[in-house]
Amino acid sequence: MTWDPEMTKMLVQGLWDTLYMVGFSTLFGYMLGLPLGVLLAVSDKDGIRPRRVLYRLLDFLVNILRSVPFLILLILVIPLTKLLVGKSYGSTATIVPLTIAAAPFIARMVESSLKEVDHGVIEAAQSMGAGTWTMIGKVLIGEARTSLLVGVTIALGTILGYSAMAGVVGGGGLGDIAIRYGYYRYETGVMIVTVVILVALVQILQALGMMLARLLDRRKA
Amino acid sequence: MAFIEIEHLEKTYTSKSGDTEALKDVNFTIEKGEIFGVIGLSGAGKSTLVRCVNLLEKPSAGRVVIDGEDMLSLSERELRLKRRDIGMIFQHFNLLMQRTVLDNVCFPMEIAGMKKKEARVKALEYLEQVELADKAKAYPAQLSGGQKQRVAIARVLASRPRVLLCDEATSALDPQTTQSILQLLKHINEKYQITMIVITHEMRVVQQICDHVAVLEYGRIVESGRTKEVFDDPKTEAAKRLIYTHEYTELESEGSGI
Ligand SMILES: Nc1ncnc2c1ncn2[C@@H]1O[C@H](COP(=O)(O)OP(=O)(O)OP(=O)(O)O)[C@@H](O)[C@H]1O
Ligand SMILES: [Mg+2]
Repeated sequence: MTWDPEMTKMLVQGLWDTLYMVGFSTLFGYMLGLPLGVLLAVSDKDGIRPRRVLYRLLDFLVNILRSVPFLILLILVIPLTKLLVGKSYGSTATIVPLTIAAAPFIARMVESSLKEVDHGVIEAAQSMGAGTWTMIGKVLIGEARTSLLVGVTIALGTILGYSAMAGVVGGGGLGDIAIRYGYYRYETGVMIVTVVILVALVQILQALGMMLARLLDRRKA
Repeated sequence: MAFIEIEHLEKTYTSKSGDTEALKDVNFTIEKGEIFGVIGLSGAGKSTLVRCVNLLEKPSAGRVVIDGEDMLSLSERELRLKRRDIGMIFQHFNLLMQRTVLDNVCFPMEIAGMKKKEARVKALEYLEQVELADKAKAYPAQLSGGQKQRVAIARVLASRPRVLLCDEATSALDPQTTQSILQLLKHINEKYQITMIVITHEMRVVQQICDHVAVLEYGRIVESGRTKEVFDDPKTEAAKRLIYTHEYTELESEGSGI
């Protein structure tokens, strides 16, 4: 293997593409998954506004979406991706399947975070006459914020993993490089470097997320 | 007309394992400014009863009338507004753990739509009344049980309630702290003329602050009257058991000199 400035440039570009894909997919994933997760937590039988049928429906939908393997989802959503982005390869296009894969997963994490909130605290707020929106914003999300932040960290890590898989279909980013050089051209060195960068990225995200969560947690003296 | 009227109140919980009749034909009235105690063994239905007053639990039958208003006739919106008139404190305090003490006290005022700045000024005043102004910036996790209950009381005062429901409010506290919380409750009862329902399994609590007491057994009120009269001369087996057992343990612990 010959190491040249071109290679460095390519890796920097790959890193940038990965961050771009993961960042936007997580953002869009939360734009869909957060409301969905809130709806799940609120409409379940122990929620603050139980709605049996709605919960069953959403629960089913989320399960279906979560059980489709990412590689298959990647191919299934190509028509939608073409419609939204205009093409089906490259980093921007990959944001579409990544978002669709992330949203139901995020919804589940949000749901479980919100369900951890102490029932007594919810009851106290109800006894004060809190409305549904106050309940969701200030009690459920407010009290679960640490757990929600840990969720964001997990989501980022998982989406990063998915984004590397998207390399298989020319998704761009570090995963793409790893597959093109490592798998198609047997340039193991490049592949190892990209994997190391990916691992470092996950570590940094994880450490930052946990630090932030700890900083914001007031439940312990 | 009495300030609080409970008529033919029934509550049945239905679950897969069968029905539980937690309340059966419960009737009583409370005058304005009175402290009304409810005693009974574990599982008698005390919590269910108090939760039926602010409709945290929906009664299966009967009427709950507060200040002439039938609680069960209210729309959801009206009920939310009415609940601001009915404060509640709990055995486990139920404070918002991610908020400071000050922001906990601000919470009911936020619900009522008060400006943040104004709410903070008022919240400090309420914290002063429970002698915790110096803890305004602390988080609940940094406080003792008694201090947490004081914060909960300040928080309840912030919504200027006319009724206060206390469900085992001192049961998680040691005897000395219990005393100070009871004094505080008595004080705010007199100062603001707040009508109170006090649920407890501690006879001492009833003796100290309740004007009237009702004895609940298996979901029924088996005896009720002025506290002194019920304690001096309990008529039913249930009341005798609660009161004499209490006095016996009381004597025993005094006698043993611990
Ligand atoms: N949500 C519920 N679902 C089913 N049964 C319930 C529920 N809440 C209470 N019960 C039952 O109703 C009865 C009365 O319970 P409640 O909690 O009112 O008793 P309590 O007098 O407050 O007891 P404790 O002193 O232990 O708090 C009990 O038999 C209990 O098992
Ligand atoms: Mg109880």
